[in-house]
Amino acid sequence: MDHLTKLENQSVYILREAFNKFENLAMLWSIGKDSTVLLWLARKAFFGHVPFPLVHVDTTYKIPSMIEYRDRLVSDWKLDLIVGKNEAALANGTTYPNGKATRVECCGWLKKDGLKQVLDKHHFTGVIVGVRRDEEPTRAKERYFSPRDKNMEWNVEDQPPELWDQFKTDFEKGTHIRIHPLLHWTEINVWEYIERENIPVIPLYFANTKGERYRSLGCAPCTGPIKSNAKNVPEIIEELRHTKTSERSGRAQDKESEDAFEKLRRDGYM
Amino acid sequence: MSTNTLTNEQLKIVIVGHVDHGKSTFVGRLFHDTGSLPEGKLEQLQAIAERRGVPFEWANLMDALQSERDQNITIDTAQIWFQTRKRQYVIIDAPGHKEFLKNMVTGASSAQAALLLIDAHEGVQEQSRRHGYLLSMLGIRQLAVLVNKMDLVGYSEARFNQIETEYRAFLKSVGLEPQGFVPIAAKHGDNIANRGANMPWWQGGTVTQTLDRFEVAHPAENQPLRFPIQDVYRFDERRILAGRIESGTLKVGDRLMFSPGNKSSTVKTIERWSSLSSDVAQAGESIGVTLTEQIFVERGAVAALDNALPFELTHFKARLFWLGRNPLTKGKAYKVKLATQEAECSIETIHRVIDSATLETVSRREKEIFVGRNEVAELTFKIKRPLAFDLHDALPSTGRFVIVDGFEVAGGGIIVDDDYPRRTAGENIKSDNIYWSHGKVTPAHRANRNGHPGGVIWLTGLSGSGKSTIASELERELFNLGKQAFVLDGDNIRHGLCSDLTFSPQDRRENIRRVSELTKLFMEAGFIVITAFISPYRADRDLARKIIPEGRFVETYVNAPIEICEQRDPKGLYAKARAQEIKEFTGVSAPYEPPLKPEIELPTNQLTATECVTRILEYLHLRDAEDSISI
Repeated sequence: MDHLTKLENQSVYILREAFNKFENLAMLWSIGKDSTVLLWLARKAFFGHVPFPLVHVDTTYKIPSMIEYRDRLVSDWKLDLIVGKNEAALANGTTYPNGKATRVECCGWLKKDGLKQVLDKHHFTGVIVGVRRDEEPTRAKERYFSPRDKNMEWNVEDQPPELWDQFKTDFEKGTHIRIHPLLHWTEINVWEYIERENIPVIPLYFANTKGERYRSLGCAPCTGPIKSNAKNVPEIIEELRHTKTSERSGRAQDKESEDAFEKLRRDGYM
Repeated sequence: MSTNTLTNEQLKIVIVGHVDHGKSTFVGRLFHDTGSLPEGKLEQLQAIAERRGVPFEWANLMDALQSERDQNITIDTAQIWFQTRKRQYVIIDAPGHKEFLKNMVTGASSAQAALLLIDAHEGVQEQSRRHGYLLSMLGIRQLAVLVNKMDLVGYSEARFNQIETEYRAFLKSVGLEPQGFVPIAAKHGDNIANRGANMPWWQGGTVTQTLDRFEVAHPAENQPLRFPIQDVYRFDERRILAGRIESGTLKVGDRLMFSPGNKSSTVKTIERWSSLSSDVAQAGESIGVTLTEQIFVERGAVAALDNALPFELTHFKARLFWLGRNPLTKGKAYKVKLATQEAECSIETIHRVIDSATLETVSRREKEIFVGRNEVAELTFKIKRPLAFDLHDALPSTGRFVIVDGFEVAGGGIIVDDDYPRRTAGENIKSDNIYWSHGKVTPAHRANRNGHPGGVIWLTGLSGSGKSTIASELERELFNLGKQAFVLDGDNIRHGLCSDLTFSPQDRRENIRRVSELTKLFMEAGFIVITAFISPYRADRDLARKIIPEGRFVETYVNAPIEICEQRDPKGLYAKARAQEIKEFTGVSAPYEPPLKPEIELPTNQLTATECVTRILEYLHLRDAEDSISI
């Protein structure tokens, strides 16, 4: 069995465990390559069906073509989509683009709090998220089934043991579990899989005529493209084989302070 | 940190060892020396160190979290990737701090190999031993020991040899054979990816060379099939049983037996979505199946083929490590999770609590026996309902389990052998889920009174070979000698106990199984049982041999050429078989498989019945092993 097939089988196993164990289960879909691969794996796990809703936390600052692509897949694949927004913060205009918040505060309000509001409203107890260990160091410390307390906080110093694919599926009322079926994948695995399975990804990942492409997608004001001539999936794979810069290098909010991203994640960011 | 290399082979390794023996420094250095660092990372950390006015530490490469940099210990299992010329590696950096054992267990349970670091200056410490022991319990079979900080002992060959001798002996006592010991100085890069000049006496390889000698584990395709059901889906017109094949191979048309419960049905299709379709699925594949006959099966059931079924019992014996905040105690209800099964359980017996650092038994007062945090124990669990399981040594995936205490996974364990009653196929066998009850009179008490232990003389041979004659002669001789002896005769059994069975291979097997179980009961009662059954199939006799404790089973081949048997034909059966009035008659229309290594062989065309009995008695006299049947 080749390596990609091993990764796929493990992810399918985790998705099925999650579906069996959580009555109120949802999957976060950021429209990016990872959560789209995750969506594809869900269809593998459930034989063409996606038996839970997808949640997209919309900051309203996303790159516009992301929303078009999202709505097209929802219609093509007959998906159940819930769009969450932090309406209060947006109404008050306390955002980074308005100049009324730092980048990190803006992420905290629009994404982290926006997510919490959706979870509370729909009483989700299990949330499937497409983070990977190789993305950045705090994600490397995640479990496949990772508990969050009532305030959505992550106690990284005291995580449950996870062995032999026996996951934490018993939890107190008011807490919820983040499920990470892609934890063991790397960036290049994701692209190899997109190529093998012919999964449709948003064209922002491919180099434009100015020799730029997005390596990681987020809000327009805080996400920049990288210099690249990779115009298709095989060229991206070839590029990644030789790069030594990190995947989130285009994400400005990570760079506000040494531990900006770590703090966001402890507080409940994806 | 990216791992931007296409690769088909990946090996997951865990790095363990006592706190401060240099694991994080080693990993940082390994990364640097194999050219795996992202661009600018080293410079960035060096700049941070300078800004703070502290010396740069290689360990900081791994300890990316703020709090870790402050405490200078790794908090959790972090996974990172690097590459040698041979393949890609995933490193699980497991922390050595005592309280963080559960993170080490988390990391190590998914690893295929381990590196264990020992500080050359401090030598073998508590965690060095504890981790070594846990690795063996977690089923890790590939291990290399790195003797680090050789710079602190002047790169002394003698010191290295001393540590190797001491720790190798410890590993041997827990059943681990290391692939090698390597002297290193992680801080300076000696023997990591490059030899360095400080240890000219070292003739062995570097760490990366040692790593490349490890083997990637292959899925257990050739093992018995175990397909635990994860869920049953009805998203459309199909009713799909979903799960991952843990071992073996599953094919369309296979007759599956589901345990617990003994329901069976046949695989109609193997279901996959957007993948090449195939009528075969192998260990490691997450698939779905549909069945030809709809039977009630739910999550937890384990599908197997009926020639190799799992145990199905309400108790098992295990070795367990405990990580819970509260101790594991008798009288409390816990949840056991094994493959996809879950059930309420409690402790029946704590046989032994072991200090995993010294391997010594922890002594506690009788009434206070418990298993404390970070302790290891041998115990027997009883379970509220039957569980399907295997021995860990035979099939790891269905031979290990975790224990949930409240909301927390608080311990894990592996199932060890305990004389479990083995099952055979047959939907009408319903009584496996029972407990073996041990009376107050033990087999030793009975053996003492009788002057001999129980056992069985298993006569096998063609019809007419002389089994019944020998059996009744032997019984009388033993009786006259004051021994407890009893004959179980094939014809007698088939009149009653087995009157529902035909002479098909399946029913012959079931017949032998019942006889074997009956024999075992007689044997437990202290009898020397003499059985007289054709028992033509080697596999069936081997089954009987398995059911009877070792040394108590004396296979006796009553050997006469078929012509002689047919001449004798005491019951007129050969004549009927030749006239095709009897179907499936052994030697005529059904096979007889002679024993390959019988304990006794009796050529009855050369010996009289009395001579045969004498041979058996001589055999029993000559045996003196304590557990063997002897008179």
